[in-house]
Amino acid sequence: MNQAESKSKLELTTPGDREIVMARVFDKPRQLVFEAFTKPELLQRWLLGPDGWAMPICEVDLRAGGAFRYVWRNDADGREFGLIGTYREVVPPERIVHVERFDDPAMPGDAQVTTSFVERGATTTVTMTVLYESAEVRDMALESGMDRGVSASFDRLAGILG
Amino acid sequence: MELVGYGRVSSKRLDATFTALADPTRRAILARLIAGEASVVELAEPFAMSQPAISKHLKVLERAGLISRGRDAQRRPCRIEAKPLAEVTGWLGRYRRLWEGNFARLDALLDDIQAQPKKSQRSKRRSTRHESGGK
Repeated sequence: MNQAESKSKLELTTPGDREIVMARVFDKPRQLVFEAFTKPELLQRWLLGPDGWAMPICEVDLRAGGAFRYVWRNDADGREFGLIGTYREVVPPERIVHVERFDDPAMPGDAQVTTSFVERGATTTVTMTVLYESAEVRDMALESGMDRGVSASFDRLAGILG
Repeated sequence: MELVGYGRVSSKRLDATFTALADPTRRAILARLIAGEASVVELAEPFAMSQPAISKHLKVLERAGLISRGRDAQRRPCRIEAKPLAEVTGWLGRYRRLWEGNFARLDALLDDIQAQPKKSQRSKRRSTRHESGGK
């Protein structure tokens, strides 16, 4: 965590009961950052989540109404999961609005993601607002993440400590 | 309702939690408190540490909201608090770590891309110079 902080800090907030908002500053021009968020060959190099995952499939049709599909694969056991979505608004290099959902039916429903790229001097601030269909869907996401609840957190902590 | 409250995690609070958890003695204290509440004296016992040193660690844990202290002026028993731990180990904490990982990779990638054209120009220039120098 300290490593990530030393460079630039991720601001993560949940201002409404349907939302998650993330903001991150990059010390790079907006055009470059926008490309990294929209070009498959670049996305495949950073949008990977936890260690041990790769993104073998990344398809992007960057226009309003266009679709995208990301598929991640676990290096160790070959497990795969996908994220599919549709662009609603594409304003290079300022703003993208898309709707996404995981291809796993056990995962909660659609989320609308607004990604804005704001240039200030030599830096670009990327703000991603994830808006779930309803408070229920976001709570489902929270619950599915919380799975076995707080007692499980204690178990995990005990595991870390052990 | 608990979930909404749970979602309102300030990054400052999470930072305090992570900082508190970064120390092995403090993690050991928490592990002990999972078994049940304990006084400073009881907590100091298994460690080769003075009570003031343990008290210092307890203050960090208390500030991070990871433990609370009882009102009993003599004993002031410490007990573990569930919420900040759930924030760290739970969904929002995982979400944060996931995106921090992504963005750290993106930082490195952007550095690479910016360095590339300069590098190739430089190497071209260098090789030209090398050729002319070789003549």
